[in-house]
Parts: sequence; structure tokens; C-alpha cells
Amino acid sequence: METFIRRAPRAAALVAAVLLLALPPFVSSFMLSLMTQALVWAMLAMSLDLLLGYIGLASLGHAAYLALGAYSVGILTTRHGADFWTSLAVGIAVAALGAAVFGLVALRATGVYFLMITLALGMTVWGLANRWVSLTSGDNGIAGVPRPRGLPWDVSGALPFYYLVLVAFAVAFVVLWTVVHSPFGKTLVGIRESESRMRTLGYHVWLHKYIAFVIAGAAGGFAGVFWGYYNGFVSPADAELATSVEILLMVALGGRGTLFGPVLGAFVIVLLRNVVSIYTHRWLLILGAVYIGTIVYAPEGIIGMARDWLKARARAPLRPAPSP
Amino acid sequence: MSGPPTNTIALELTNIGKAFGGLLAVDGVSLAMRPGERRAILGPNGAGKTTLFSLISGEQPVTSGRIHLFGHDVTRTSAHRRAALGLARTYQITNLFPRLTALDNCLLAVQALSRTKFHLHRPLTGYAGHFVRARAVLDSVGLAVKEGEQVRNLSHGEQRQLEIALALAGSPRLLLLDEPTAGLSPAESQLMVGLLQRLDPAISILIIEHDMDVAFEVTDRITVLHYGRVVADGLAADVKTNPLVQEIYLGAAEP
Repeated sequence: METFIRRAPRAAALVAAVLLLALPPFVSSFMLSLMTQALVWAMLAMSLDLLLGYIGLASLGHAAYLALGAYSVGILTTRHGADFWTSLAVGIAVAALGAAVFGLVALRATGVYFLMITLALGMTVWGLANRWVSLTSGDNGIAGVPRPRGLPWDVSGALPFYYLVLVAFAVAFVVLWTVVHSPFGKTLVGIRESESRMRTLGYHVWLHKYIAFVIAGAAGGFAGVFWGYYNGFVSPADAELATSVEILLMVALGGRGTLFGPVLGAFVIVLLRNVVSIYTHRWLLILGAVYIGTIVYAPEGIIGMARDWLKARARAPLRPAPSP
Repeated sequence: MSGPPTNTIALELTNIGKAFGGLLAVDGVSLAMRPGERRAILGPNGAGKTTLFSLISGEQPVTSGRIHLFGHDVTRTSAHRRAALGLARTYQITNLFPRLTALDNCLLAVQALSRTKFHLHRPLTGYAGHFVRARAVLDSVGLAVKEGEQVRNLSHGEQRQLEIALALAGSPRLLLLDEPTAGLSPAESQLMVGLLQRLDPAISILIIEHDMDVAFEVTDRITVLHYGRVVADGLAADVKTNPLVQEIYLGAAEP
């Protein structure tokens, strides 16, 4: 039983990996496009999980990094003919820089105040996207972003592009997995559990939070680069509050502090959004209902529920045992 | 941070005070501790004992006075830098990492003063030295068998022992213990006393303790606080018989 509990998550991850690798050539182009989207959102959700799940900081401004990455791609490719690697490097750098500045302001607060400040900071990016017309084309957005150039393979088709995003996802996952399992990652969990104890143990708590905040922003920008390429279009909608809320919900729904959870959450939300939009335009209403449902019935998300279920199964056979 | 550590005085408080609005929680306290000295702080509830600890550890800034730690002026130094100088504290209300295992709690304490805490390129499991040290610390408080247990599932007594383990992990030279026996049964208290008596005699210990017997067993000097002021300071035997102390602490008979 013990081994079953340890193996079940690994088996599930393995099955998911095989599906992500092998399924795409056989699915419809609509499904392929959903899977590509879901992978991009999964990267975003994982990057936010570093803050929400590991340090316990709920940010409502994560769409800002998506937008910074996506706008970098939009501007560089359409106006300067930039290739993939340049766009990628600039996208990550701009998002990291944005996070480095925002972090200075946001990390003065915790809890609900952190939420409010990140919301406000996220809205400044949205405001800039709308108003800095000479750079962002404002409301019209930037159309005509080409598929990535300068790669050894041609990724203009939907399927090759999917595999490019899958590779990016794998890179993001491995990097973030390494970070959360490193000594540094452990300090983040320590901060989540008791900031005051960390301080008296000798940790410069703010610095650890700040580094994680910048990493999360850079990873968000990384995802944003692929979002820009995927859509071929960048607009202020990418920086909207609703986008930030969606990312937050993906993390909460899947299970914060697990990395796998946010990935699962991203796939569920992306699928749900596309199914729901067939029947109704009131997507935000559904999203809100899912959010409330998650907080009330599954505060640790889907992964948390699965974990509890596995534990309960493991304990069950012990119950009938006669007590001496 | 660096500089020559003085061997003469571990901790020196010069007339320190802390005001919360109009309330003087700590009012002109002066105190000096030699390396290896064991001193208890006694005083009724609200005497300012825990506040005094927070001032020494740097969790709260003083409103007046100066604090020297091993010869360094740390009056305006942050808590984590004071820890790096060799200061560690425990809490009266258990302050651990409840959802982490006992071993993980100690690992966090072990790497606190090491550069590896910023390493993010490889898993923590690769740092064998940290694990050896963490297990040693856990063993020193008798919790080796509980290493895989989440701390919130440990008994209160075990959590109090873990408090000490976390404080010891960084090999401190000055230890502040805030009521280590709070909420313990008499038997558990005796275990704790034994644990404290076995600590390296080079470590200076300042201990807040309500249990007089524990205080007298573990320390040789006593400082009595009342309304934020030092009202008595001296060898345990002298303080015990001090009439003022008896009046405050034991609620002496009306005249």
C-alpha cells in the first residue's frame, strides 16, 4: 500500500507525459490548439505556484508577466523582424525586470495587502498596454506575429509548434522543479510556514521572497513569449485582471504547492472555458462558481483531494484489525 | 558581521527601553552576560520578559538604549544578522514549521547560516552534510525516531524539544529560551531540565522561566523584571530571599 501511494503520482505523471507526447498527431486541429494553449497556461500556473504554493503569497497581477513576454515578441517580430532566440531572451528579461521592480513595491506587504498591491501593479501594465499607443498599438493590439523563426526546424505548422511548446513546457517544469526541491526552495516553504522563525534562524526573508518573485516573473514572461507566438496577436486583454484571476484559479483548483496541480488546473480550466463558451457567454460566472467550489470543497485542489483519497485507501485495511 | 569577537562579554544591554504608545513594556533594562553564563529572567505576567527577548533577538526595534552582542553594537541590526553572530532563540508559544517533518525543520535550521541556502540549481537531497547535521541535532533532543513525522502531529512536549533543536542547529553562542517548559508535565519538565543541563557549557543561556525550581536548577544568576524594570539581579540564592522579589512574585502577606 505504501508503495502504491508513492507510485500512483509517478504513474499518473508518466501517463500524462506519454499522452502529451503521443496523442497530438491523432487529435483534431481544434483539440491540438487547446492542448497548445493549455501547455502555455500550465507554464504560467506553475510560475505563479512558486509564489502561491511555496511562499504562500497570492498574487493577482501575474498576467502582467504574460503580457510583458507576449508584447516583447509582438513588438520585436513585427517591427524588427527578430528571430525566436532574440524574442525569447528579451521576453524573459523584460518580464524579470518588471518583476524586479514590482517586487520592490509588492513585497512590503503580505496577505490581502499583497493581493491588492499586485492587482494594482498588474493593472499598470494593462494601462500601459492600452495607453502607450506608439509602442503597443493600444486597443488594436499587435497583429501578424509570425511563427518562430531561426530554429533548426520549421515550426510554422500547428503540430511542430505544439511540440516546440511542449519542449518549452518541459524546460519550465524541470527548472521550476529543481528550484522548489533545492535548498532555496525549502527556504520558501519555511517562509510560508513561519516567517518569524525563519528570521530568527538567520534568514534574510525578504531577499528569498524577492528572488522567488523575480524567478516567477521571468518564468511568466517565458510562457508569455509562447503565448504571443501561439496567438499571432497581442492585446491588452492578455494583461487583464480576469487573466490574472484565471491563472490564480488554475493553481488553486489543481493544488498549490505541487507543480503538477497547476498543470492539471490549467488543462481543466482551458478545456472548461472552451466547452462552456459553446453554451454561454457568461464564462466569468462559471469561473467564479468553480473558484468558490474549490475554496469550500477542495482547499488543497484536485491533487490534494487525490492525495487524501490515496491516504484514506492506505489506512482502510488497517481499520478492521483486532486491537490487542 | 566579522571582526574580533570579544571573549569578555556575550551580551550587554545598556539601558534599553521599548514603548508601545504610552506603555513602557521594557523600561531602562541593563544587563551583562559572560560567555557560558546561565541566567534566568523571572517576573510576573506582563513584566516585559518576552518583549525583552524580541528586542535582543532583533524582532522588534528598541526605542532607547544600546545592545551589544559579542562586542558588536547590534542595536540597529536585523534579526537574521544577529543570528549570524551566534544568537538563537526559542518561543514561548511554539513557533515551528508545522506542516514540515521534524527532519525538514532541522534542515532549515542547519542551512540557515550557510551559503547553500541560496543554492537553487540542485535538489536538497544532494547535500549530505546538512542531513548528517540535522539528524545529529534531532538526536541530541531525543527526537531521532520522529524525523519523518510532520511537526503538527508531534506531542506538545516533543514540539518543545524540537524548539530547542532548531535553536541549537546553528551552533549558537548565546541562547534565548522563552519558557522551555511551558505546558509540560512535571516528568517532561525534568527531561527538559536534563537536556538544558547537558548543553555545551560554553553557550551562554538566558532563560525566561515561570517554574522557580527549573530556573534554579538550570541557572546560577537571576534577574527579576517587574513592569519592565529590573528589580533584582544576583545569585539565585540571594534573589530567592530578596523581600521585594517575594512580595512581587509570591504575593507576600499584607503588612
